Amino acid sequence: MSDVKYSKEHEWIKLEGDVATIGITQHATEMLGDIVFVELPEVGSSVEKDGNAGVVESTKAASDVYTPVSGEVVENNQAIVDDPGKVNSDPENDAWFFKLKIKDKAELDSLMNKDEYDKFAKESSN
Amino acid sequence: MNIKKTQLHQLHQKYNAKFVEFAGYEMPIQYKEGIVEEHKFTRNHCGIFDVSHMGQLYIYGDDQLLEDLEKIFPIDLKNLKVNHSKYSFLMNADAGIHDDLIVTKIEGGVIIILNAACKDTDFEILQKTLGGKYKMLLDDEKSLIAIQGPQSSKILEELIPGVNDLSFMSGNWFEFLGSKTFITRSGYTGEDGFEISLDNSKIEQLTNNLIEKGAKLIGLGARDTLRLEAGLCLYGHELDINKTPIEANLKWAISKKRIEDKNFLGSEKILTQINEGVQNIRVGIKPEGRIIAREKTKIFNEEDSLVGEVTSGTFGPSVNGPVAMGYINKEFSKKDTKIFLEVRGKKYPANICGLPFYKKSYVKGVN
Repeated sequence: MSDVKYSKEHEWIKLEGDVATIGITQHATEMLGDIVFVELPEVGSSVEKDGNAGVVESTKAASDVYTPVSGEVVENNQAIVDDPGKVNSDPENDAWFFKLKIKDKAELDSLMNKDEYDKFAKESSN
Repeated sequence: MNIKKTQLHQLHQKYNAKFVEFAGYEMPIQYKEGIVEEHKFTRNHCGIFDVSHMGQLYIYGDDQLLEDLEKIFPIDLKNLKVNHSKYSFLMNADAGIHDDLIVTKIEGGVIIILNAACKDTDFEILQKTLGGKYKMLLDDEKSLIAIQGPQSSKILEELIPGVNDLSFMSGNWFEFLGSKTFITRSGYTGEDGFEISLDNSKIEQLTNNLIEKGAKLIGLGARDTLRLEAGLCLYGHELDINKTPIEANLKWAISKKRIEDKNFLGSEKILTQINEGVQNIRVGIKPEGRIIAREKTKIFNEEDSLVGEVTSGTFGPSVNGPVAMGYINKEFSKKDTKIFLEVRGKKYPANICGLPFYKKSYVKGVN
């Protein structure tokens, strides 16, 4: 899927029109371990590129979720709040985190494609 | 300082352990399946925990040793049966806790299992307090594993016949591949199980045999969620030198007779606290939603006054929700008292609850 981009904070982002769906990568879930708590940004709130946009917690620790682009939250995925384990089982599809009406498509330019991210993830975990 | 490794380090690697440094040792925090699966496997089947980093202290002596140890530990050692164990504490004169430990009376002395981070200091304190009168050995030629869970007795009995006859909090000498091994029926997960002390040279063989029989290696991560669900204290979190057993709500571990004797280290403070009460006490805390309140989370009452602090908090896989313990002003320590936990700047409702969070299934001799 060539239209999916990735951030250095291990988020993925998929653009459809001017709405982007954002979640965390499979690699991120493997590093975090069992996810047991998810907090998402509220619908209607604005988030800034590289700013905080939620929290995931594993049995071990809490980690911030960042948004790779700026925009207004138009939807969040309550299903993963009610069952955080879904993030481990299907992080890059069903267990998306939130959808943004994005402000500036140019912000996507600095993100990585799949090959670049896979390489980055491999290097950063060594 | 060099980081130490246990005898089972290579075996941990073989099973894809992720390691962390713990008390100067490189220890497995989890294996491939992760904390939640490991936790559930222990509750439903049988988990193997490498606890070789803990101290195995032998003190050799006769009745005089027991007499002297009673001046240190608030337990009725003289009347304790041989091969039986008691949970206790090493305290200072103000009843502050240096360490929590298990004392087992054996023929010719005692074995004391100490926390890894405390064992060297404990040794020095005990040697000094006992005036160097007794032979003491912090045995690092033996490894220690715990096996825990409902299948433990069946699995271990097949390898070491006779262990099934042990009652909870007692032990005995057995033999494995020609080596003497001291096994106690005990553990720290809220499950039935055993702790096995065995020569370093034999421990990998035993562990492999246990795995062949269906047991699995479990990391420190699940050990923590298991003990927290069982409402058990962890030194450095619920217990430290600034807390007493009475504040820690562990009065049950202090012998009534010994309180009357008033002749152990810290007894004066213990007696005062029993009679006059304490300001803060350890409690169980159940958040209302899914919010996880971790160590150092501040606790507020309904009037928004700071009344306590969380000492351990995580997600309990068997409870399927968040669990925590902490210290709170006595006034707010009653079961079902509503409190608020401050997490990332927001306050979340929770209730004081009884412990354990998860009902134990100890067998035989449980009191």
